[in-house]
Amino acid sequence: MEAQASGVSTPSTVEDLAEELRRSDDAGQTVRVRGAGSKLTWAGEAGGAVEISTAGLDGVLEHNPGDLTAVLGAGVPLARAQEVFAEADQMLALDPPGADATIGGVVAAADSGPLRARYGGVRDLVIGVRVALADGTVAKSGGQVIKNVAGYDLAKLFAGSFGTLGAITEISVRLHPAAPQTVTALGHAGDPAVLARGAQALSHARLEQLGLDVRWAAGRGSVLSRSGGATAQAQAEAAERLLGEAGLDTEIRERDNGLWEAQRERQRSPGGLVAKVSALPIDLPELLRTAERHGATLVGRHALGLFWLRLDDGSPGELISELRGRYVTAVLDRPDGFELERDAGLEPGAELLMTRIKQRFDPKGTLV
Amino acid sequence: MDGGEVAAGAGAAWGDGPPPDTPAEAEREPVDLGPLVDELRAAIGAERVITHAHQLRTYESDGLLQYAVTPGAVVLPGSTEDVVATVRACHRAGVPFVARGAGSGLSGGALPVADGVLISLSQMRSIIEVDLDNQRVITEPGVTNIEISKAVGPDHFYPPDPSSQIVCSIGGNVAENSGGAHCFKYGFTTNYVTGLELVLPDGELVQIGGKELDPPGLDVLGAFVGSEGTLGIATKIWLRIVPKPESVRTLVAFFGSTVEAGEVVTEIVSAGMVPGAIEMMDNLSIRAAEGATNAGYPEDAGAALVVELDGSEAECEARFDQVVSICENAGADSVRVAQDEAERELIWRTRKAAFAAMGRIAPNYYVQDSVIPRTRLAEVLGRIDDLGREYDMQVANVFHAGDGNLHPLVCYDAAKEGEAERAEECAGMIVKACVDVGGSITGEHGVGVDKKRYMPDQFTDADLGTFQRLRCAFDPDGRANPGKVMPTPRLCGEVPGPYRRHPLEQAGVAERF
Repeated sequence: MEAQASGVSTPSTVEDLAEELRRSDDAGQTVRVRGAGSKLTWAGEAGGAVEISTAGLDGVLEHNPGDLTAVLGAGVPLARAQEVFAEADQMLALDPPGADATIGGVVAAADSGPLRARYGGVRDLVIGVRVALADGTVAKSGGQVIKNVAGYDLAKLFAGSFGTLGAITEISVRLHPAAPQTVTALGHAGDPAVLARGAQALSHARLEQLGLDVRWAAGRGSVLSRSGGATAQAQAEAAERLLGEAGLDTEIRERDNGLWEAQRERQRSPGGLVAKVSALPIDLPELLRTAERHGATLVGRHALGLFWLRLDDGSPGELISELRGRYVTAVLDRPDGFELERDAGLEPGAELLMTRIKQRFDPKGTLV
Repeated sequence: MDGGEVAAGAGAAWGDGPPPDTPAEAEREPVDLGPLVDELRAAIGAERVITHAHQLRTYESDGLLQYAVTPGAVVLPGSTEDVVATVRACHRAGVPFVARGAGSGLSGGALPVADGVLISLSQMRSIIEVDLDNQRVITEPGVTNIEISKAVGPDHFYPPDPSSQIVCSIGGNVAENSGGAHCFKYGFTTNYVTGLELVLPDGELVQIGGKELDPPGLDVLGAFVGSEGTLGIATKIWLRIVPKPESVRTLVAFFGSTVEAGEVVTEIVSAGMVPGAIEMMDNLSIRAAEGATNAGYPEDAGAALVVELDGSEAECEARFDQVVSICENAGADSVRVAQDEAERELIWRTRKAAFAAMGRIAPNYYVQDSVIPRTRLAEVLGRIDDLGREYDMQVANVFHAGDGNLHPLVCYDAAKEGEAERAEECAGMIVKACVDVGGSITGEHGVGVDKKRYMPDQFTDADLGTFQRLRCAFDPDGRANPGKVMPTPRLCGEVPGPYRRHPLEQAGVAERF
């Protein structure tokens, strides 16, 4: 256990981390668990809390290529884990934005990128967790096999909990074969209704797309459909035909990594606002018009109904209140000093149930 | 895999006595359900409350017939309001309740409690909305799994497809987190549920999520799906559906041994393919199934491997040729490619017949559901062979080879003194062998009453204690499906300290979810 100059403690074993949590819990000291710190602004204020970093739990504990599974310490940078998996032509199908993020942080924030359209999100790819609770209890849920219904699925409960139920210390994941050669079909339009028609055609297409995204900026947008495998080109051409039939201007891009990298980047804003909207596919035209009115950009997974609106300059307050009026909206990045009216969008019964869960896992309210 | 397959082999293996490891809850003081029954009759209608002994016996077991407990009363709610009224009345009277779907489960998850109320959701069988534009379905819990796919066809389907799908209910699927033959590629029930209306054990009604993904706050959906009826009752379910693949190709290849066939599975997966399904049957299962369907399978084959690819037509064709050559190069005795839908259907019917057809091998069988890391297959199959010899039992094997989910069928004759006990012990040793290589005691059947005794093999006391925290958050009095999942009954302590809001919500940051 070592204390860094910043006051962040960085234990190097699960046991040390659990012991540190227990001592804080006993002392009535609030704690915030952190990874690389790339999403700390998403997590509201933690005034008075000490920080415990998972950065010391940085081992790739297992990679079982034959089973397509791995076990990672929470502090392992996702990028480093991907390098290990790539040696076996495999990947963890999670591609959230951000080069530094740790796997623990990605799981705790349930962040995701374009691969979610095909492979699911954090909750679908994590097959087990080891956690340290506030009272020092170290426990696991799930395991290292991809199919398992023994016991409660606490991995899902902890995914997206921002460390408020306990510190996630180890994560078992399901891997996939690395995306082979890929080709992307693009359809462009300046009319939200036309763009939405193209996106809807591909959401309903009997194609197996590796990615299906939309983007919009400054009056014009695109649908992106990515195909892979031995017949990537033929599949992309089929997608292109559907986009053309829907009235979009189309093209095929073989070197397509940059396109998808840009989609991921638009889910973050270094000094501005990013709001993640849980909507439905048919809401797309309305959301595009909203983005346009406020000067925001939009990217999203159309078939999943998940969209990220980004506003680098302008009035975030107006955009947020308009979005909240219609959709479940999570504010991720926010400009310094931007005051947000609190509204989680939870109905009272759900809120009470979540409070009861919190009380059972962290009765003293140590983890913030 | 589940209820549809069990009927033939099960049987009251443990006679009329109490099942082994009887839930402690069953031993508590007899409760007079009379006043509660009167209250229920008044609240939801006399015709919805059953108390006649012979009618109650219909509900004494689920798909796992080795266990039987007659419930104190059975309630057949027709609406969410009926469920709320029933659970609230149980809560007030301090009476436990057990929810039941189609009753096709294979772990005794819907086994009644003697002094409790069994709530059968079988009357709540309406599909409330089919929204093809947004690829969502809203349904009541009593609707069968197959009805969902039928309602959204021909262009869409609902992927989880347990073998019992023509009878099993969506509510039961939610409780058990059901999978099916195609879950290696498509995932489980939990990957498709976007919303739940829940009646909590105190009778409170809450909705979590809806048509949209990623509802705010904690992932309560993820915690609830697969909780085996111990956290409450789902009365309305929102599901995601997906477009049907353009093309499906299926083959069955025969090999000298399961180990050879297992190597082929590894090779297919290493080649970067994620087949829709990979299923394996060993010699004993092939012989039993062949007797049932006359598919023309070679009865001397050591293993039959069913491989199904689906996806875009072009990709499917290209990859399928590759699978055929992998099988041939690995020394398959023969490879049979389904030429049309009828041949494909025969391959699946034969695979799914394996359980029921086991009656041709032995009068009874005990089925296990363990999961292993796929690369340990040869080692574990060898161990199962050894155990079969040691216990002098025939053990057939049918399994989902892609995800390492084994279904060893320990064959026995309940009429022979001591055989049932020996079969159960042998099955238990098989479970331990699977846990020893890093596996799980159950891949899809659930823990229920049947496997709770193995929970300590897989989980430490701290793990179990942590599970219990979740349970206590939902059900502090332990009245929802007591005696299931956890190996020993545990009580919930009081939560210390004053009521406090969840800090995410207190800080007002839960909106970031």
